[in-house]
Amino acid sequence: MSTGERVTRPNARRFVAGRGKYTDDFAFPRLLQIAYVRSPYAHARILGVDTKSAATMPGVVRVFIGADIAALCTPMTTIANHLPAYKSTTQQPLAIDRVTWQGEAVAAVVAETRAEAEDAADTITVEYEELAAAADTVGAVSPGATLAHPALGTNLAITAALNTGDGAAGMADAEIVVEESLVFGRHTGVTLEPRTIVADYDPQDDAIVIHQSHQVPYQTQDIVSRHLGIPEHKVRVICSDVGGGFGLKLHSYADELVAAAISKALGRPVKYVADRLEAFVADIHARDHRVKAKVGVTRAGDLVAFDVDDLAVLGAHATYPRLSVGEGMMVLMLAGAPYKNRHLAGRMRGIYQNKTPVGTYRGVGMPIGVTVTELMVERAARAVGADPLAFRRRNFVTQDMLPLMLPMGIKVPQLTLHQCLDKIAATMDYTRLRAEQEGLRARRIYRGIGLAPFIEYSAVGPWSYGPPGTRLTTQDGATVKLEPSGMVRCITSITDQGQGTYTGIAQVVAAALGVPVENVTVHGGDTASAPHGGGAWASRGLVIGGEAAHRAATELRANVLSVAGTILQANPATLTIAGGEIRDAANGTARMPLAELTRIAYFRQDTLPPGSQPELAVTRAYVPRDIPAMTSNGVQASYLEVDVDTGFVKLLGHWVVEDCGRIVNPLLADEQIRGGVVQGIGAALFEECRYDEHGQLQNGTLADYLVPMAAEMPDIHVGHVESVAPGTALGLAGVGEAGVLGSAAAVLVAVNDALLPLGAKIAQIPLTPDRILAALGKV
Amino acid sequence: MKAPNFKYARAANVDEACALLERHGDDARILAGGQSLMPTLNMRLSSPSLLIDINRIEAMRGIAVDGDMIRVGALVRHVELAESVIVRRHLPLLSDAITHVAHPAVRNRGTFGGSIALADPAAELPACAVALGASFVLASRRGPRVVAAEQFFRGLYETDRRPDEILTEARIPAQKSGTRYGFAELARRQGDFAIVGLACIEAEALRLVFFGCEDRPRLAREAARANGIPAIQAALAADLKPMSNLQGSAATKLHLARVLAGRVVGSLKVVGA
Amino acid sequence: MNETVAISLSVNGQRVERTVKVRQHLVDFLRSELGLTGAHLGCEHGVCGACTVRVDGQIVRGCLMLAVQADGATVETIEGVTETREIADLQQEFVGRNAAQCGFCTPGMLLTAAELLQRGKPMNRDAIREFIGGNFCRCTGYQAIVDAIEAVLNRRLATKAQS
Repeated sequence: MSTGERVTRPNARRFVAGRGKYTDDFAFPRLLQIAYVRSPYAHARILGVDTKSAATMPGVVRVFIGADIAALCTPMTTIANHLPAYKSTTQQPLAIDRVTWQGEAVAAVVAETRAEAEDAADTITVEYEELAAAADTVGAVSPGATLAHPALGTNLAITAALNTGDGAAGMADAEIVVEESLVFGRHTGVTLEPRTIVADYDPQDDAIVIHQSHQVPYQTQDIVSRHLGIPEHKVRVICSDVGGGFGLKLHSYADELVAAAISKALGRPVKYVADRLEAFVADIHARDHRVKAKVGVTRAGDLVAFDVDDLAVLGAHATYPRLSVGEGMMVLMLAGAPYKNRHLAGRMRGIYQNKTPVGTYRGVGMPIGVTVTELMVERAARAVGADPLAFRRRNFVTQDMLPLMLPMGIKVPQLTLHQCLDKIAATMDYTRLRAEQEGLRARRIYRGIGLAPFIEYSAVGPWSYGPPGTRLTTQDGATVKLEPSGMVRCITSITDQGQGTYTGIAQVVAAALGVPVENVTVHGGDTASAPHGGGAWASRGLVIGGEAAHRAATELRANVLSVAGTILQANPATLTIAGGEIRDAANGTARMPLAELTRIAYFRQDTLPPGSQPELAVTRAYVPRDIPAMTSNGVQASYLEVDVDTGFVKLLGHWVVEDCGRIVNPLLADEQIRGGVVQGIGAALFEECRYDEHGQLQNGTLADYLVPMAAEMPDIHVGHVESVAPGTALGLAGVGEAGVLGSAAAVLVAVNDALLPLGAKIAQIPLTPDRILAALGKV
Repeated sequence: MKAPNFKYARAANVDEACALLERHGDDARILAGGQSLMPTLNMRLSSPSLLIDINRIEAMRGIAVDGDMIRVGALVRHVELAESVIVRRHLPLLSDAITHVAHPAVRNRGTFGGSIALADPAAELPACAVALGASFVLASRRGPRVVAAEQFFRGLYETDRRPDEILTEARIPAQKSGTRYGFAELARRQGDFAIVGLACIEAEALRLVFFGCEDRPRLAREAARANGIPAIQAALAADLKPMSNLQGSAATKLHLARVLAGRVVGSLKVVGA
Repeated sequence: MNETVAISLSVNGQRVERTVKVRQHLVDFLRSELGLTGAHLGCEHGVCGACTVRVDGQIVRGCLMLAVQADGATVETIEGVTETREIADLQQEFVGRNAAQCGFCTPGMLLTAAELLQRGKPMNRDAIREFIGGNFCRCTGYQAIVDAIEAVLNRRLATKAQS
């Protein structure tokens, strides 16, 4: 059995040799490159675009402006049929009359080389009439606020409420109510490989082949087809190696759609790479929230109610086609989730601003929900004088409350929060760390411990995009075939951006079939050869893709045994496949190598009885139907030291105990968790897109937007509680986002814990020295 | 981001470099390590018409002892400075400071002269040069000129170097045995530009040079005259007028300067110990 | 003073002669002229380290060096270093520990680690972290990378000590 094993990845063997094949690595004959002219203003009317000089510069083939693209490509309007009150906006792929965020593309230069395209782009003059920019989040829904889209009459895109029990009554029962205002810094994903697309349209065939660094080729297929008017079956999208996705490459970007339109216009392959400077203004942003939270607790130490008011900034448009409202909703869905308070009053507002559009980024709204929850729980614990660990344990959801219902119908059938908490306390040696903390305080050394339990949901089903009316599926499929060599190939509709899902699927197939995992090759990412599917998002790859592969492999196994029975003239029920060969089920005697079976089944059917039809390739699909999502839980902990003179934070250790159901490959799962933890540390300490009052991004370079680097990161200890997630044959829940769910929360709580003896509180991330010193009253 | 068009010339020696500078002046840029110039070009923040590659000028290389003085060629790479036995022995302030400069790949190419000529206000080497009382030799067709470091840094990326001059070497008085020194900087991540930094020499007098605070390295004269650390820290309010930037607010920078003063002055190292 | 210059250099042990545009940086030259796509472009500001290649035996930010500056130089990329098997042990550790996830930072990270290993000095985890502190990885959180480098460094030092 190869599930549960630390199997290494064939992809990794290529990567360490420099043999990754990323979209920019491929050569195409007669390839052209695009450079965009982008708006320097957050909000402006476009009065004119002068491209005369550009068109004649060396290497330039053509220059496109908004009206040119509009003739080729329909505009993008994010729909939400299930939210009739949602105020949608329309984005022109290339702006025509108006720009609504700094960085929005206004003109496209197509040239032989990127350098020549940029030379020409530099000569294009755009006449703008600058308009007032909606850049003040706090005042965005006040009367008289500057509007991001004046025609909408409001900045409010959506408002929603989520209530569990009776929040007001619950809060009234509380003997102590603690309030806090939390501010979350806007992020961007910073995939190391920039967004890249090559579109190659063939006018003879009215067909287009697109190579793209993306997570869901089927989405691009659908969007390009509908917006460019190319029949869906004539659109082929290929995602080869992708240098990081994290949800950033889940969206359909205007500048990529324009590349496809340009290829259609020119009948030549056209490439666009969103270089690093462009990436900061044109990749989706995320996590821009202001939250007013209240928690009610009794003096005895029982949480009674949560009240959460979330203001989520969407940017200039809701991301296309997946919407951005999910982020705010998920904050409310996870507010108070691990705790048996059972009263939640939640409100969410999504607002437009003249800033880069916001979209899904690893964890989406869940990390914010967890951070809000855990800071408030920590405050409540301190308000009643309780130890934070004991307080959490006391208030955890108990087994008799299962299945737990989260808002939006998410059912949590099992929880192992107590086991996870106990395990993390033991692993980190909580008691010793508390004693160490106390001892060091006497010497003016301030260390903090932060705990962050969380419940997570992943691998969502068709309720996610069905009701909104978006053409995105949550079904995935797998073709598993036994080839003449006796080796196995699996073509999956799942995609892999480094998380290792292809290897996990190989293990699932190998286990179901009874062959060594090295005998299974897995690939995907090509809409022409893979079944239609959902691709990679919401930590669904191994859960849903693995389930489909498991079904296909299981059926293939039966087919193979049937053929074996025919060849060996034995009852298939007396045979098994193990170690890559046909064996007697009863005593394990080897009966026939698979390569021998395939030799006969493919090339010597003349020796088989009449009517015998070997079926050695099986395609099966899986869509989650019985449960809206998989759920999992875990606890994270941070131990750190705050230099109260400088406001600097040193991370001393980080722990995660995660229950994500069965683990197919602990090597992959643990490394995904570590990567996610560090992204959450980035949120807590470093990462922030800083805008001024004119909607200008101040720190849009990799020198100024601070991503976590190795020297500042702690070692991260990962442990598991392993239950079996119900509802699927494989028993897995998603794990790809678990790391980022609780790490920012743990660090924020730990810093507050460190500053507790000094009476300082802080509820804003990232925790910069400026902010910590201000909380300490030193600046 | 691809660099704009420019012409390229290699100077075989200082005379050739000076001749090219005389002809092209402000339109030309010296290409040494390229670690600061190339990002500027890649981002199209500057558009020189000519790049003068000086990497092959032998006369600008090398570190040598010259009496009481250490001569550091402008083309000395940061890695050479870091590994130099002469520097460790005679200019240990620089040995300490260089470990904070960027990362190994950048230190393999970046040059001493490049860092001085760029005069980034958050850079380590200009501040060290001021603290050490260094002088810089500037060559041109008009003949060489020597400028004291204390007079060289005039503003944000602005130095006393004229458009037709090239920095060829630094002359730095050796730190004498028994004198003291200290270096510290606060940066969010290893190798980042400093929020605030301090290069400190205590020989005949105390010299405190702060960087990252203002538009140039700042010699804190009032603080140097004060007695004891609390007085030094208090005096900084008179010496420093910090500028807010992405790394920190003015108030934070002044506060951090005080903290650094306390930590550095309170733990000075002895040369030759 | 030309916009193109003829250069002659060694790339992965092979003599290469080309005429290059002066403004083209070394990694663009390697990728588009020589098809050596192992060096990657993540920022072109010299910050992320994905472009790290070796010139005259030292790692450099390939995006901050003009191709013309490599005239007469010896350039090595991850492809060449793989062929010589210089860091085969480190590459194996990376695979074994899943220290390469999406793989985009990996060639730069490996060449940086190769320089660390070349120095042959004992280093603790903090010192290793500092050495690779200029190589951005978004996927791994760095720990598996540090583990891999530490394991190989210690093994090599032990072997050297024995001999």
